[in-house]
Amino acid sequence: MSLDVENLRVYYRTLHGDVRALDGVTFSVADGEITGVAGESGCGKTTLGKSLIRLDGRMRYIDGSVTLDGTQLPLENDQAMNQFRFSEVSLVPQYAMSALNPTRKIGRIMTDLLASKGVDFDDIRPELIRRLELVHLDPDVLNRYPIELSGGMKQRVTMVLSTLLNPSLLVADEITSALDVSTQKAVSELLVEFRERKFVKSMLVITHDISVLTQIADTIIVMYAGKLAEKASAETIIDAPLHPYTQLLISSLPEVGVTYERDRLSGIPGTPPGLLNPPQGCRFRDRCPLAIDKCLEEPPFVEVRPDHWAACWRIDD
Amino acid sequence: MSATPVLDTAKIDAAIDAGPQKYEGLRFALRNKKLVIGMGIVLAFLLVAIVGPWLTEATPYQFGFPTAEAPNTTRWLGTTDTGQDVFSQFVYGLRATFIVGSIAALVGAGIGMTIGFMAGYRGGVVDELLMMFTNIILVIPVFAVLLIVAAYLPPSNRGYVSEALLIGAFSWPWVARATRAQTFSLATREFVSLARLSGARSWQIIVREIAPNMSSYLVLVLIVLFGGSILFAATLDFLGLGAPNEVSLGQMLFNAQNQAAITRGFWWWFIPPGLAVTILVGALYVANVGLDEVFNPKLRET
Amino acid sequence: MIRYLARKTLLYILTFIAAVSVDWAIPRVMPGDPIQGLMARFSVPSNAQQVQGLMSFFTEAFGFDKPLWRQYLGFWQSLIDGDLGPSIAYPGSAVTSLLLHAAPYTLALVVPATILSYVVGNRLGALAARRKVLDNTFIPAAYIFTATPYMFLAIMLVYILAFRINTGLPVSGAYAFSVQPSWTWEFATSFSAHWLLPFLSLFLVQLGGWAIGMRNMIIFELEADYANYLQALGAPTKLVRKYAYRNAVLPQMSGLALALGVVVGGQIVTEVVFGYPGLGQLIFTAINNRDFFLLQGAFLFIIVGVLIANFVVDLLYVVVDPRTRVGIQGS
Repeated sequence: MSLDVENLRVYYRTLHGDVRALDGVTFSVADGEITGVAGESGCGKTTLGKSLIRLDGRMRYIDGSVTLDGTQLPLENDQAMNQFRFSEVSLVPQYAMSALNPTRKIGRIMTDLLASKGVDFDDIRPELIRRLELVHLDPDVLNRYPIELSGGMKQRVTMVLSTLLNPSLLVADEITSALDVSTQKAVSELLVEFRERKFVKSMLVITHDISVLTQIADTIIVMYAGKLAEKASAETIIDAPLHPYTQLLISSLPEVGVTYERDRLSGIPGTPPGLLNPPQGCRFRDRCPLAIDKCLEEPPFVEVRPDHWAACWRIDD
Repeated sequence: MSATPVLDTAKIDAAIDAGPQKYEGLRFALRNKKLVIGMGIVLAFLLVAIVGPWLTEATPYQFGFPTAEAPNTTRWLGTTDTGQDVFSQFVYGLRATFIVGSIAALVGAGIGMTIGFMAGYRGGVVDELLMMFTNIILVIPVFAVLLIVAAYLPPSNRGYVSEALLIGAFSWPWVARATRAQTFSLATREFVSLARLSGARSWQIIVREIAPNMSSYLVLVLIVLFGGSILFAATLDFLGLGAPNEVSLGQMLFNAQNQAAITRGFWWWFIPPGLAVTILVGALYVANVGLDEVFNPKLRET
Repeated sequence: MIRYLARKTLLYILTFIAAVSVDWAIPRVMPGDPIQGLMARFSVPSNAQQVQGLMSFFTEAFGFDKPLWRQYLGFWQSLIDGDLGPSIAYPGSAVTSLLLHAAPYTLALVVPATILSYVVGNRLGALAARRKVLDNTFIPAAYIFTATPYMFLAIMLVYILAFRINTGLPVSGAYAFSVQPSWTWEFATSFSAHWLLPFLSLFLVQLGGWAIGMRNMIIFELEADYANYLQALGAPTKLVRKYAYRNAVLPQMSGLALALGVVVGGQIVTEVVFGYPGLGQLIFTAINNRDFFLLQGAFLFIIVGVLIANFVVDLLYVVVDPRTRVGIQGS
């Protein structure tokens, strides 16, 4: 499968005007690839994830195209998207704790959902049991109410359910944010396992925590203020990033073994720009130590090295 | 590596932080149609209640006007069987409504919030006991109790204030429940733990930390209580359980019913008071919805 | 489930005890002497002996001659015996028989009105949550209905449908003078005609409240995380709405138990306006004639009725919310 995103623009309608949360992003994800999307809060990564599945109440599709396995996804048409959801493109939500209807048994929820997609529960039951056991869940969980499960169990249930129909693309939106470190590791490894067993073809893992991505992602995309900053293989991003923002991001990660006396943690001073009226040109301009006059003109997101994309004028200086 | 930044970051940060925060809330409030119209109607009624008595030289008890007259230019709402001016009854009755409603709301809110805060903050046994108590009061049909109490209360003891106290004393359970729920969620937050660590006592924490965070909710509660109390008082008065020597809207309906105003076609005896209560309470409910929208942006429609 | 029901049963028992105690205590706590008040009602016989006799009759009836704890126990005793004392407004009749005679009429009004307004109101509210048209027309009307005091709506119904436009609907009593209560067709039609307007009055006011509540609950549920998740997985709107409706009904049902207490007031005033011979009318007469025994008895009747109704709703709740059956506390 492959995912081709071309100049996607999705804005939020507010009383004050349109917030340009996702302002023209272009990238591709190859078959079997796990792509991580990282960035600060408000950079547009969640908007990106949501746009591929379902536009929220306030979101408005403005421009651009998304092509999955050669078919263009009708993003702006909620009804038309239904046939793609769950079977072609699926979501593991951030709110797994409350993603299941509290007054229905889990098995029942699944039966209802599958039936509405034309899948007989009994047909798929053996496979479902297999997968539940794979994630160390007792099949008896199907007879329980969500409230009887722990947070971690619910997370695993949603992971199994979301991938049950073997979607081409799985969007994992901040699924590790609410978890402790050891559970994070377990869940991340599960994601990779799902890919290995071909339950899903490709993944888009959205998180603000780059350290998670270093464990599982093949490629990492770094976003800033609604636009793409850099895209490269995971190793490249960590070891040799080219975009100033990525560099600062990586350097602000704590390193094991380094103590306060040796080196201080530095964040990036300042805050991302508001997206109601985004600044002209490169949006990182105000906080970038390398900014020059040319940065008033927006740098294009181009392939600066083989398989390495970035949007910055100062790369080859 | 360090080139001169193009723009002054410090200045930009400062500008972003200042922002249009100050009057934003008020602007949203004034934009909300339901709140504006609802409150507008309530204030209009209040105005009539305050200014009214000066618009009419008659008092509600004054006799001597032509009997059973339909509304005309001199007697705006006509007269009763015994020659009393209906308009002045209406205006004074409106006053009574506001007085009883506000006192009852304050009493009900006071009791309910106190119990709710205590139960929500302390938890444990205190919570269990208080909730059992609250549930008992909740289940007992308020009206039945008010009936008995009011019936036994000698007419000489009945007045606006006692009626309001009675209503307030029995309309607090749902306030307690709601307050308790909110307090529960707030009591686990960090700023409360911080206050506790710094040695503040329970009531101080409740008053200074928790209550201000619930202020919007408490306002909504007060408005609903106010509306409910008005309905309650009107119903009690209609049954003749109100203050006997005072005029009230419910009592006007009581008189209308007892003197067969309907069959005699004297609509000006019952339509003005009944309509006033309906519109006033309706306006309060609508304003309440509007206020809720102002406080919770999620409810707003674009 | 057992725990849930046991808790509720305890609550109702405690409430009953509290209510009975309050009922017993009030005449003794209120300022003023109830016996004096009663005596004032009767034309004072010039004969001192007769005055004495009347006073001792009342004192005995109230039990004021005995020590307080005896009065209290005696009160419970008479409850168990089913003896609620003599009526003053209807001399010669026992309170218990008066109440039992009036109760069916009240039930005939309040039970259908409450149930129907709940069912219809919930449906309409759910519809309004997804049809903008309904939301903009029916919901504002619902607000007006719920803000209308019961007696005013009753009065207006009478005024418009009987006085202004002569629909021929009767506005007084439960049946025509010429008819006697019996299992005849004649009585049934007369009863129905007299029943319609008071029923409508009770029905409409409550309808507004339920519709508004349900509409808000549905909107709330449709925005919940589980709804979002289902929709993200491509579930059809029908399924999501079905889940939302089932979940929204739960708090509504809890509200039903609470609403019963408020309907009592509405019932009473509606009967007064329509001259309907139910418990409400009795209470009104009792108030006007200072018939304390009738009032006390009616109060207890109402309490028992409300408690039973609450319990029935609780049982229904267990059926509707599967979580209670698994031993987890419901709402």
